[in-house]
Amino acid sequence: MPSVSMTVNGKQVGGEVESRTLLVEFLRNQLGLTGTHVGCDTSQCGCCVVHVDGRSVKACTMLAVQAAGSQVTTIEGLARNGQLHPVQAAFREHHGLQCGFCTPGMIMSAVDLLQHNANPTEAEVREWLEGNLCRCTGYHNIVKAIMAAAADMSGHAKAAE
Amino acid sequence: MAEHGIGARVPRVEDQRFITGKGRYTDDINQAGQTYAVFVRSPHAHARIRGVDKSSVASMPGVLAVLDGDDVKADGLGNLICGWLVKSKDGSPMKMGPHPLLAQGKVRYVGDRVAVVVAETYAQAKDAAEALVVDYEELPAVVDLAGAHGAAALVHDEVADNLIFDWELGDKAAVDAAFAAAHHVTRMELVNNRLIPNAMEPRAAIGVYDSGTDAFTCYLTSQNPHVHRLVMAAFIGVAPEHKLRVVGPDVGGGFGSKIFIYGEECVVCWASRKIGGRPVKWTAERSESFLSDAHGRDHISTAELALDKDGNFLAMRVNTKANLGAYMSTFSSCVPTYLYATLLAGQYRTPAIYCDVQAYYTNTAPVDAYRGAGRPEASFLIETLVDQAAMELGIDPADIRRRNFIPRDAFPYQTPVALIYDTGDYQATLEEALKLADYAGFPARRAEAQRRGKLRGIGLSCYIEACGIAPSAVVGSLGAGVGLWESAKVRFSHTGKVQVLTGTHSHGQGHETTFAQLIADKLGVPFGDIEVIHGDTEKTPVGMGTYGSRSLAVGGEAIMKACDKIIAKGKKIAAHLLEAAEGDIEFKDGKFTVAGTDKSKALGEVVFAAYVPHNYPPDLEPGMEEGAFFDPPNFTFPAGTYVCEVEVEPATGEVDIVRFTAVDDFGNVINPMIVEGQVHGGLVQGIGQALLEGARYDDSGQLLTGSYMDYCMPRADNVPSFAVVTSAGTACTSNSMGVKGCGEAGAIGAPGAVINAITNAIGRRVEMPATPEKVWRAIHSNVAVAAE
Ligand code: FES
Ligand code: FES
Repeated sequence: MPSVSMTVNGKQVGGEVESRTLLVEFLRNQLGLTGTHVGCDTSQCGCCVVHVDGRSVKACTMLAVQAAGSQVTTIEGLARNGQLHPVQAAFREHHGLQCGFCTPGMIMSAVDLLQHNANPTEAEVREWLEGNLCRCTGYHNIVKAIMAAAADMSGHAKAAE
Repeated sequence: MAEHGIGARVPRVEDQRFITGKGRYTDDINQAGQTYAVFVRSPHAHARIRGVDKSSVASMPGVLAVLDGDDVKADGLGNLICGWLVKSKDGSPMKMGPHPLLAQGKVRYVGDRVAVVVAETYAQAKDAAEALVVDYEELPAVVDLAGAHGAAALVHDEVADNLIFDWELGDKAAVDAAFAAAHHVTRMELVNNRLIPNAMEPRAAIGVYDSGTDAFTCYLTSQNPHVHRLVMAAFIGVAPEHKLRVVGPDVGGGFGSKIFIYGEECVVCWASRKIGGRPVKWTAERSESFLSDAHGRDHISTAELALDKDGNFLAMRVNTKANLGAYMSTFSSCVPTYLYATLLAGQYRTPAIYCDVQAYYTNTAPVDAYRGAGRPEASFLIETLVDQAAMELGIDPADIRRRNFIPRDAFPYQTPVALIYDTGDYQATLEEALKLADYAGFPARRAEAQRRGKLRGIGLSCYIEACGIAPSAVVGSLGAGVGLWESAKVRFSHTGKVQVLTGTHSHGQGHETTFAQLIADKLGVPFGDIEVIHGDTEKTPVGMGTYGSRSLAVGGEAIMKACDKIIAKGKKIAAHLLEAAEGDIEFKDGKFTVAGTDKSKALGEVVFAAYVPHNYPPDLEPGMEEGAFFDPPNFTFPAGTYVCEVEVEPATGEVDIVRFTAVDDFGNVINPMIVEGQVHGGLVQGIGQALLEGARYDDSGQLLTGSYMDYCMPRADNVPSFAVVTSAGTACTSNSMGVKGCGEAGAIGAPGAVINAITNAIGRRVEMPATPEKVWRAIHSNVAVAAE
C-alpha cells in the first residue's frame, strides 16, 4: 500500500492508504476528522469541501495520494487560537445552518470565495455556491451570512490599513 | 422581551459544534472492532429470485457474513409494518402484501434489499456485494399509476388489481346535488409530482450487540428513536424493547424520510449478533438514498369546484389516485387520506366536499410522508383550482379568495371534511401579503417586463395545514396504531442547572435553543444553565419524535406542563421555608414570594432545599425533577398567503422567480429567527417541486433520476431571497403557548403560488415540475392556437 504524508490543519500527518482511497476517506477514517462530510457519490453536493494549498476542493473527488505533500485545511482547522473565522461566526449570527450537514462544506467554500472576491454581489455568492447543496435553509440565510462576513472582513481589512 | 425569552432571536446553541466540524452524525461514530455492511439491491423492478449464490463471495477477502431473505425467515424476524390502518368504502381493511427485511421469493422495485454482506472493511464489503451472484427471473412490472389499475402484473399476489384501498371522505350525495344545481363548474386534472426527499445526510445505521448483557444499541439517522425501538422490538423482533437502545445522534435533515422503519437498521443489529457482537455499520451512498429512501407525493387527481354566479364556492369534488410504491411504508396509508382529504376545505367555507382516493401498489420505491405529507397535495389542488375558477369567471384571484374565506368571527369552524379549525384570520394574512408584494403595482411591472420581452406573472396561494396531529383517541379511531402525545422531563441539579429531556428529536429545527428559551421564560432560569437532551432512548422519556410540525406545539407543551409541576412543588417548599401558607405563594421571574410581602426565595434556593432537605416539608418527596405527557385536544392550523412573481423568457421557457412574499400565521412565535429559517427551507423545497424536482422511472421501472446529475435539486442560484413575515399570528387555543408549528408551511404553500404565477404569465397551466421545456411548449402551443 502506498504511504502518504501531508500537512493537515498545520500538523504533519501520514499513513498507509490504498491507492483508491479518497482524500475524504483519509481525513474522516484515518485522521478522525469527521467534520468533512460525504453527501453524494457524484461530486455534486459539496459537503466534503476542504482547502488544498489554499483552494477549495471537493475531497471526494481527489485521491489521498494526490494530496501528498500538500497543505490541507478542514473545517476543524479554520478557527485559529479558539477564535472563529468570520465566516463561521456569520453563519451562527445569521442562522446560516439548520441540520449542519452541509455547513462545513459551505463554510470552506465561502471562505475560498471571499479570498478571490472580497465584496461579492448576492448573485455572485449564489453562483459560487452552485456546487454546494443545502436541503434545509433554502440558501437565504447562507447567502446573508456570507455577505455579512464579507462586509465584516473588508471592514477589518480597512481598519488595518 | 428578555434577551433569551419568548420572542427573542436567540442564536442557536447547537451551532458551535456544527460550524467547527464537531457535529456527531451516525457515520462519524466509529467503534473498536467495527465492521461494514453493504446491501445487495435488486437491479430489476419486478423479478422472482431463483437463487442467491452465497458461496460466490463467502471466501472473498474480509467477508464475515452474507445474509439473505432465507436467513431472515430462518431466524424468525418479522416483517416491516404500516402503522395506520385505512379502511375502504365498503368497510374492508386495506390490503397489504408482506414487507420483509430482505426480499423473500420476489423483488418488487429497483433498489429492493436482496442480501447484505458484512466485511472487515467497507471496500471489501462493497467488492463482495458487487460480486454476489443472484439469479433472477424477470417479471412484467407496474411502473406508474396509469398502469397500476387493470395491469396484468400484480405487485403482490394477494392484492387484486394492485388496489390497496379505495377510501372516501365527505357527503357524496350533498356534493352531487350542489354540482347539479351549480351556476358554474370548474374542472381540472392535475399531477402532484413524485419527489425524493434528499436530506443531505444519507441514511446510516450502526448495530451493536453486547453478548454480556444480551442487549443491542442502534445508532441511527432517526427522527423518532422511540418509534424505531418500538417497531424494531415489537414487530421485527430484533430484541425485546428493554434490550434495545436506539440513539439518533446529530441527524442531517429528515423531512419525513427518517421517520420510517426501514430494513437496514434492523439488519445491522441482527447481523451484529450473527458475527459475534462486533459493531456493523452501514451508510447509504447517495445512489442508494435515491433508490431506497421513501419517496413523496405522486398523485393524479381530478378536481371540480361548483360555484354560484357570484363566485361563491358551493361544493368541491375530488378523485385522487395515489402511488404508494412496492411496499406499504410506516405511515404511507395516512398521507393520501387523513393528512390530505381532511385539508380540502382550505381556508374557505365551501359547504360540501367529497373526496375519494384509490391507493395503488407499483414496482417503485415505497412512498410515504415527505415535508408536508398530504397537505401540500391538498393545498396545491385547491389553490390551482380556485385560480382556474377565478380565470373562468373573470374574477381577480384575490377577490375570489376574499369572497370565500372563512370569516375571522366564525372560529371555531367545523369544515365538511372532519376538522375543526380553532383560530385564524385568513383575510388579514392575504391583505398583508398583497401589500408587501405590491400586488396593486403588478400591472405596471408586467408592462415594464413586456417591454423587455419577458412574460411576467403573479400567483397567490392561501394555504392551510394541520399540524401536531392529535388527539390520540381521534387518530386511533381513524386507524393510527400509536398515540400522538409527547413527553418531557425537567430535571434540576443541586446547583440549579437544568436538564430538559424531550421525546422529540431535533435534526435541524433548533430545539436545543427554542426549548431552552421556553424554560428560561417560564422558570426564570438563566438560558446558559439549561441543557436540552434528545434522541436517546436510554436518556429521554418515551416520546413519539419529530414530524408534522409537532415538536413545539406538542413536545413544547409537555415541557410547559412539567414546569408547572416544578412550580407547584416549589411553592410547597417555599411556603415551608418562608413559614407562609402554600396558597399565598406566588411564582414570578424565578422567585417564590409571599403575596403582598417582600419575603421571597429564589428558585435556586428552593431547588437546593429540595436536594438538601434539612429544613423541609415533612410529607414532601425530596428532589426537583418532574415529568409530563401532553396529548393535545386538537390539531393546530397554521395558515398564510404566499405571493410569487415570475418572469418567463419566452424564447427558452425559463422561469425566474423575481419576488416571493410569505406571510404566515403560526400563532405565537418563540424564536423568529428559527421560524423564518424553517419557512425559507420549506419554500425552496416547494419551489423545487414546482420548477425542478421530479422522480422518473422508465418503462421497465429503472429510476432515471437516480443521482444529482439527473434529479434537479434547487441550488442557490435557482432561488431568490424571500420576504417572510411571521408576526401575523392568531394564538392557537390547543396549547398554553399559543403556537401552531412552522416546519412544513413553505413546502405546502409554495407550489401553488409558483404554478399560479406561471399560469398568470403565459396563460396556460403546466404540470409540475414546470421545466423550461414544458413552459416553452405551453407558450408555443398558445402561439399555435392563436395562429389557427
Ligand atoms: S461528497 Fe458530494 S461533492 Fe463530495
Ligand atoms: S443545513 Fe441541513 S443541509 Fe444545509
